[in-house]
Amino acid sequence: MGYPHEPHPKETVLLSKYFGEQQTRTYDGWVERGGYKTLKMALSMDRQHIIDEVKESGLRGRGGAGFPAGVKWNFMPKERSGPHYLCCNADESEPGTFKDREIMRWTPHALIEGCAITQYAIQAEVCYIYIRGEFTEAIGIMERALAEAYDHGVLGQNAMGSGHQIDMFVHRGAGAYICGEETALMNSIEGKRGNPRIKPPFPATRGLFGMPTTINNVETLAAVPHIIERGSSWYKALSLSNPKSTGTKLFSVCGQVQKPGNYEVVMGFPLKELIYDLCGGMHRGRTLKACIPGGSSVPILNRDEAEACLLDYEGAQQVGTMLGSGGVIVFDDSADMVYQIMQLTHFYAHESCAQCTQCREGTAWITRILRRILAGEGESGDLGLLLELSEHLTGRTICPLADSCAAPVVSGINKFRDEFEAYIKGAKPATAAAV
Amino acid sequence: MHQKTEYQPVFTGDQRRKLDEILTRYPNKQAALLPALWMVQDTHGWISQAAMAEVAEVLDLTAAHVEGVATFYTMFHKHPVGEHFIQVCTTSPCNVCGAEDVVAAFLQHTGCDELGATSPDGKFTVLEVECLGACGFATPVLIDDDFIDGVTPDMVPELVARYR
Ligand SMILES: Cc1cc2nc3c(=O)[nH]c(=O)nc-3n(C[C@H](O)[C@H](O)[C@H](O)COP(=O)(O)O)c2cc1C
Ligand code: FES
Repeated sequence: MGYPHEPHPKETVLLSKYFGEQQTRTYDGWVERGGYKTLKMALSMDRQHIIDEVKESGLRGRGGAGFPAGVKWNFMPKERSGPHYLCCNADESEPGTFKDREIMRWTPHALIEGCAITQYAIQAEVCYIYIRGEFTEAIGIMERALAEAYDHGVLGQNAMGSGHQIDMFVHRGAGAYICGEETALMNSIEGKRGNPRIKPPFPATRGLFGMPTTINNVETLAAVPHIIERGSSWYKALSLSNPKSTGTKLFSVCGQVQKPGNYEVVMGFPLKELIYDLCGGMHRGRTLKACIPGGSSVPILNRDEAEACLLDYEGAQQVGTMLGSGGVIVFDDSADMVYQIMQLTHFYAHESCAQCTQCREGTAWITRILRRILAGEGESGDLGLLLELSEHLTGRTICPLADSCAAPVVSGINKFRDEFEAYIKGAKPATAAAV
Repeated sequence: MHQKTEYQPVFTGDQRRKLDEILTRYPNKQAALLPALWMVQDTHGWISQAAMAEVAEVLDLTAAHVEGVATFYTMFHKHPVGEHFIQVCTTSPCNVCGAEDVVAAFLQHTGCDELGATSPDGKFTVLEVECLGACGFATPVLIDDDFIDGVTPDMVPELVARYR
């Protein structure tokens, strides 16, 4: 990690190696640390070879879906019949997730290098880095770094003297979680409301401005230079449990732990060690009650499941959840799960783009029922109703925001049913928040 | 919202040149809509109907399209707000770390009666917002363009004084 804590010996720091170092933010500081050498090398490599290396490395998308990056790049047309685009997804709005912010704040040039290599590989002359509007500091740092990169000829018509055009711009969002969804993000760049598009067509066929487009998360793109520099076999070997999950991953740990922050570990690292060793465990006198390991859109784990969970795509699945974005939210025994789940459904209700009826109405309705339960006015059929509504939110909308709202509700009721029932029976649970 | 003073156009002189530079980044004018709305808000503090009309004009869009977009994004103010706009994250991860106490402290020390209302001196507006993407640094607060990590209720009086 490096910021705000020193790296823990059990971490494997690639992306977070320079977190906390002011000098890395500058072009000179980056070059002193070996920066832009890999880009220079990549610009003389065969494009397909770069794509194959990334495919071979096993790198999977870090934005939430875990789709293999090299496979995605391969969908891009090999013959250009017009502009291609790369969009770097820096919308980072999934509750529990704050890793992309740190990559941009501390190592902006690492992201520029990763984007530039990717642009070259997929023949995209232009990349838009879509940063959520609230990230004012990260936006300023990225803009300064881009200006420096242009000044030093890293970017532009003749990037690093290679004869290739590589342009990169920051596009500032304006407060909409949904714009992290890749097709909504493209609409937002196009100057439209951030409504997700129906797929197909997929972005590689018809994406931004109707042209072939690849969208990748900040962390995915920042990992690319490491793979090109040290080779796919090296990266692939970074895997503690399942060979389908490779490399390092930044886990943003937040909520009720001693030392919240970003921890970079090799895929397959036990969640238990992350919480109890790296994060210093629970607050004094408190015990672990629940954990959401992949950002708020994935099912909640109870203590036993969390302590058995291995942090990779398959390990998360094995305990009934998903790795998602790697935002680890920790709750201790003082947390009121009903209240916290209501907070989360409120988030989705607020952030629904309102395009699909099920999502617009369902997320708001679920939130109202939860509020009623919290107010001591719950009825015996409410839990059944919540589960039924959640069913209607799953797999029936243009994008999975609605599914994300259902995840904490269904898993919450299944795992913490007694807390819900206590409210409904009129006996506030011991953990009840003052509403 | 009734405007007493005449609307001052944003896109003249340097601001016009800045917009022209931004336009070179995109293959069409519409794509500069979010950047243009940001420029308006940075200048006037909010985005009025007159401002939307100006943006529509310079980008060759309909006023209806501009309004549809401006109202979609929560960071664009469609009404005037206090001189300093305070956004506190209260989503679950920050909530369990005491974000609601931070909100209460801001309301108390700014003199705002309620969330979204502007303080009587016109200085502050306080809002609860969804996850600010800094959950490990609870509670993050955005005051205008200043992103402040790890705010606790006891830090609030000094913060408010700094902006007052
Ligand atoms: C509602 C919603 C919000 C999303 N938010 C983000 C986000 O903030 N950042 C991100 O990288 N991906 C987000 N995604 C995932 C993107 O759609 C997309 O899968 C990702 O950017 C692809 O990059 P990757 O393959 O490198 O992960 C979101 C998806 C959905 C459905
Ligand atoms: S929940 Fe508060 S910043 Fe994410």
